[in-house]
Amino acid sequence: MLEALLAYAEFKLGPTWGPAAYELVTDLVFIIAIVVPLMLSVAYLTLWERKLIGWMQIRLGPNVTTFFGIRWLGGLAQPVADGIKLLFKEVILPANANKFLFILAPIAMLIPALAAWAVIPFAPDVVLADINAGLLYVMALTSMGVYGVIIAGWASNSKYAFLGAMRSAAQMVSYELAMGFALVVVLMVSGSLNLSDIVAGQGKGRFAEIGLGVLSWNWLPLAPMLVVYFVSGVAETNRAPFDVVEGESEIVAGHMVEYSGMTFALFFLAEYMNMILIATLTVVMFFGGWLAPIDSALTNAIPPALWLLGKIFLTVSLFLWFRATFPRYRYDQIMRLGWKVFIPLTLVWIVVIGAWMQTPWSLWR
Amino acid sequence: MFESIVFYAFGLILLVSALCVITARNPVHAALFLVLAFFTASAIWLLLRAEFLAITLVLVYVGAVMVLFLFVVMMLDINLERLREGFWRNLPAALVVGGLMAFEMVSVLAYRVYGMPRPNDQPLSYSNTKELGRLLYTDYVYAFEIAAVILLVAIIAAIALTLRRRKDARGQDPSQQARVRREDRVRLVTMPSEKDA
Repeated sequence: MLEALLAYAEFKLGPTWGPAAYELVTDLVFIIAIVVPLMLSVAYLTLWERKLIGWMQIRLGPNVTTFFGIRWLGGLAQPVADGIKLLFKEVILPANANKFLFILAPIAMLIPALAAWAVIPFAPDVVLADINAGLLYVMALTSMGVYGVIIAGWASNSKYAFLGAMRSAAQMVSYELAMGFALVVVLMVSGSLNLSDIVAGQGKGRFAEIGLGVLSWNWLPLAPMLVVYFVSGVAETNRAPFDVVEGESEIVAGHMVEYSGMTFALFFLAEYMNMILIATLTVVMFFGGWLAPIDSALTNAIPPALWLLGKIFLTVSLFLWFRATFPRYRYDQIMRLGWKVFIPLTLVWIVVIGAWMQTPWSLWR
Repeated sequence: MFESIVFYAFGLILLVSALCVITARNPVHAALFLVLAFFTASAIWLLLRAEFLAITLVLVYVGAVMVLFLFVVMMLDINLERLREGFWRNLPAALVVGGLMAFEMVSVLAYRVYGMPRPNDQPLSYSNTKELGRLLYTDYVYAFEIAAVILLVAIIAAIALTLRRRKDARGQDPSQQARVRREDRVRLVTMPSEKDA
């Protein structure tokens, strides 16, 4: 069917513009097919968060709001209700705020969180942009998320917002380093920056040959890097226990304190989108992406994209589990963990893995 | 055709934002325009098929350097009147320096202006990053390592210059905190809940 579409485009628009128009249309459709489910999963992630934390604290969580008064769907309409509420609230612009930057900040936060999805492989050969520098691209875009927070803090012209922005700038820049170094180790063992190749590379090895692919994935030989990467990811997304950026007991809501209605909703959206993104990257780098854990008729019958989604779901739930479990870190402890624990650990591990790869016992050939 | 339209669009954005960096009154705006300039420059590099350099520019300059830059600029208390005082006095020196810099850049690039070679069309699997890595770690390994050592010295120097211990500074020793035992902090006292009458 796709070939017929291409042929039709060439027939209508000629050999130069036809294929270009075809590319444009198929890419746009692909982008919509990524973004719309992503927005929906953000909406339902907020519900899952409230439900899961509720159960962990022996409460029920949201269970009243429902579609068409059907009782057993109780709670499922909560994200829709929240969305409608935020949409109809007034967006208040503070009198002394820098109007343009004030509006720009939430957008600047959301765009990198969305754009990074372009290189995520969902299944073999199902990826929007199969570029060779995919890993670098993801790192560059995740490093840009901090601008939204800084601009918001400055443009609000409020002390609380400004303090939040300062905290976040220092925190996110520190943890990016550890994250980058952890990914360097992944890059070393995969020998490629292409995310599809990184996933495919995890399906090879001694254990994969006897059908136990789960033991060949990067999480086992690179376990310390997995911990560093994921914990840094939690810090990078400003989630509990590293959420001093918006620590409500000290600085109310940090950079978001002056925002209301849809502008606030965009920050919220970006935060949850980043959570899903970090979880997806963790799955792609360390948990074998779309690969099935064991080689059997039953596991192979499940489509690769479903394996990926299942793994992402479990990893995202870890974020919520952390939030329900740990008290907030003190600020100097956050800085100490980033600079004095994670960065030296990753630097040493780069050398260890490099030496390991030169020995006859190397797992990666 | 399409590529030149994109190039000129990016070129225009780059020039305008670079101009705004030096004309913007608010230093925070100037810093943000610099971010835009970096970003556009990286887009132009992408057009030249130098994806590693382009992405590294965003990763290092936009993602880290400019964040710290903004961090500092936002905390400055800037008096515009005092900044403008020396404008006419410093103008001649600035013109000389700017003119020299422009001349140097033009002389480096001029011989290519009339026959700027287009980048070769490489197959899709060609990895710019891999080639750069191979060159850096084989042919230019000494230059690379010397640069690394110079950077290390600079880091240590910067830390040594700013590390001043105040006598009355109070700090916490995390290892000492972790070693605390219950006996040091809590004393259990047994006392009767009621007084004997």
